[in-house]
This record gives sequence, structure tokens and C-alpha cells, in this order.
Amino acid sequence: MILEMKNIVKHFEDCKVLHDISLGVDSGEVVSIIGRSGSGKSTLLRCATFLEKIDGGSIAYKGDTVAHTPEGAKTVYAGKKEMARVRNCFGLVFQNFNLFPHYSVLKNIMDAPVNVQKRDPASVEAEAMKLLDKMGLADKASAYPFQLSGGQKQRVAIARALALNPDILFFDEPTSALDPELTQEVLKIIRQLADEKMTMVIVTHEMNFAKAVSNRVIFMDGGYIVEEGTPAEVFDDPKQERTKRFLQNYD
Amino acid sequence: MSFTTMLATMSVGMLRTVGIFLLTLLGSLPLGMIIMFGRKSRLTIVSGAMKILISVIRGTPLMLQLLVWYFGPYYLFGWSIKGYRYTAIIIGFVVNYACYFAEIYRGGIEAMDKGQYEAAEILGYTKSQTFFRIILPQVIKTILPSVTNEVITLVKDTSLAFTLAYQEVFSLAKQISASETSFTPFVVAGVFYFAANYVVAFIMDRIEKSMGYYS
Repeated sequence: MILEMKNIVKHFEDCKVLHDISLGVDSGEVVSIIGRSGSGKSTLLRCATFLEKIDGGSIAYKGDTVAHTPEGAKTVYAGKKEMARVRNCFGLVFQNFNLFPHYSVLKNIMDAPVNVQKRDPASVEAEAMKLLDKMGLADKASAYPFQLSGGQKQRVAIARALALNPDILFFDEPTSALDPELTQEVLKIIRQLADEKMTMVIVTHEMNFAKAVSNRVIFMDGGYIVEEGTPAEVFDDPKQERTKRFLQNYD
Repeated sequence: MSFTTMLATMSVGMLRTVGIFLLTLLGSLPLGMIIMFGRKSRLTIVSGAMKILISVIRGTPLMLQLLVWYFGPYYLFGWSIKGYRYTAIIIGFVVNYACYFAEIYRGGIEAMDKGQYEAAEILGYTKSQTFFRIILPQVIKTILPSVTNEVITLVKDTSLAFTLAYQEVFSLAKQISASETSFTPFVVAGVFYFAANYVVAFIMDRIEKSMGYYS
């Protein structure tokens, strides 16, 4: 199992946003998380990527527990070195891309592999060009982010995440900031990654896409996992009343 | 006094002015960074102390601060201040400008998108890599117009060194004007200051343009 989150609890001030959530992701699996805004799905992703600290439960990557909560105590995270090592396991694609505006497209992709992973610049560059080619952006290597469309920016962001060779890639509403026409070019790339057996967890509002691309779909509401199953189970034959109501709004 | 002699004397004064200017920039740009980090520190003692420092420096005249830096050691501790004049001038200017720069830096850093920090964290950058590779270059671009303003003000503020009877171009202009009953030294001083700022503006504009390749 690549990621194992158990009994995750998360509060913001006095507001509990995640109640006892457990999520396991196996190698090669594509998991989509759906649900309305404020259901806790993005927070869950942010907890998995350590952008938010959990208040209860445990997180393990590839069998190494990096956060756990002893009985009646605060959550304990692993030391700096261990956290840095585990961070290498995953990548995250943001809703707003968060490309570095002062770096060219190529440098956005190359900078972390060269300066964080300390890899050889020449081989990183070759790999980065391959990734850009795959994203259909080989001609944009020397462009700057402000010269790109939203869909192009998001594809660069995906290439940037992939350049670090993560074991699992998280997507936090990757198309929510895009026009419908640009959405498709990004979804196409994610679908391609799914075909290549990339392990992915995707928070999305694109129901048809989630249905087509995922092995497993999770429906969250109010900080709980309400329903979980194969796309056919969740979309075509939902058991829970709340899931049915949510899906009706999308038809 | 012939015009050439006056020009020669005042040119020496202008060199001293440029000296104060350069030393002040050299000291205050990095010191401002340190004060800004102190101001943003999680330790309340440190951030409180920096807040007080900034508020005192910004709330009192630079002319007064120069007098305090120079005469303070004698009146407060009875120390000899012989040969200390130039040091006092530089300390006074550096501390004063550092506080203004600190606030400019702080504004620039707080205006940064939180997503830049998050992206860097996810990609595995250390805190210092994040600051120096990702945040600082963007902050410099945003604060450059405000920094230019301060630097131009500094060129003119160097004239306050006359308070401590330092013979920079403004002091000399006053002296020569009084002794020669002539208006010319003021015109010359004005031309010198204007020319210096013209150069400053030109250089800052170049720097701004060099960062204009992205937006």
C-alpha cells in the first residue's frame, strides 16, 4: 500500500472538518474523491501532503508511519529528515497551478530535481523535455508562465510534479480554475497517466471524468466518507440517500 | 575664490556625500532584512523590540537621531567621542534606512501568494531554498519601486550629515556661500544632487527592466 491514512481527525479552530476518515491507496490505483465544497475532500488531500497537520489518526507512506496519535495525546510527526524523505513519495497538483512566475517552463520543471534531489542537470533536462513533449508543450520550454493559458499552466504543473518521480500524485481540483474547453486538455493528460498505471488521488467536480478514470470513488459529505466503491457502484447504484441527492444535482 | 576652486572644493564634498550614500546602502539593505526577520519572529520579545525600534526611528527626525548617535555615548556613558564623528553618521543613516527597508521588505513578503510556499514545500525545497530561490526574487521585483523611492530620498538626506559638521557637499555649499556672499554654491550643490539622482534613477530603471521578463 502506498498511502495509508487511518482515523484522520482535523479541526479548524472549533470546527471539526474531518471525522475519523480512513483512506488507503494501492500502487496503480486511481481514487477519485467527490463531494460538495466544504465536505472536507481538499482538506483530506492537504493532510495527506502535510500542508495541514492532522489532530488525530495516522499517516503512512509505503509502510513507514510518519504521523501517529498516541492514546489521549497530540499527533506526533516524524523528524525533519524522515519527513523530507517521505515528501519524495508524493506530488501535488494545485487548483491554481502555483507555478513559479520568475522561472521559465523548463526551469519550473528542472529546478526541484536539480536543487532538491541533486540530480545531474543534463539528464534532468532530457527527462523534462520528454515530459513536456508528453504534455504537448515541447515548444513552450522557454516560455514563462504568464505567457501560457490556464490549461497549459496546469500541464506544466503536472510535468513539474512528475519530474520528481513520485510514487503517488495528488490532484486538488485540477480543473476548477479552467474554462470547459481547457479542462479537457488537462483531463486527457490525467487519463493518459491512469493508463500508464500512475497511482493517483483526484479531488474533482468532474463526475464523468471521475467515473471514467477511477478504480474507486469516494463520496464525502460534512467531513465523513459517506459512500465508497467502484465507479459503477457509486454512480449507477448509490446506496446512501446523501449520495443520491448529490449525484442528482449533477445530472 | 575662483569658480574652478569652488567647483574643486565642492567636488570633494560630493565624493564624501557619495561615500555616506554608498556605505548607508551597503549597511542598511542587509540590516533591513535582519530587522524584518526580527519583526516577523515568533518570539514576542524579538518582534516587540523590533516594532519599538521601527516606531522610534520612524517617529523621530533623522537629524535628531544623528545628534543622539554622536553625543549619546558621551552624555550617557561619559565615553570620549573623539574621532567617532564619521562612524556616528554612518550608524545613524544605516539604522534609520534599515528600518524603512525592513517595512518595505515586510510588505513585499506579506503580499506573496501562499501557494508559492506550498508548491515549494511539496517539491521538497528547504525553508532557506524556498526563501532565496522562490520568494526573494519575486519580492525584489514587487518592492523595487518603493526601494527606488527610498534610495533617491537617501541621496538628498545625506545633507543631514551637516548637523554633525561633516564637510559634505551641502555643508560646503553653505560655508562657501556665506564666506563669498554668493548664491552660486547652492546652484552647484543642486546640480550635483540632481545629477546623482539622475544616475540612481537610471540604474534602478535598468534593474527594474531586467526583471520585467515576467509578470
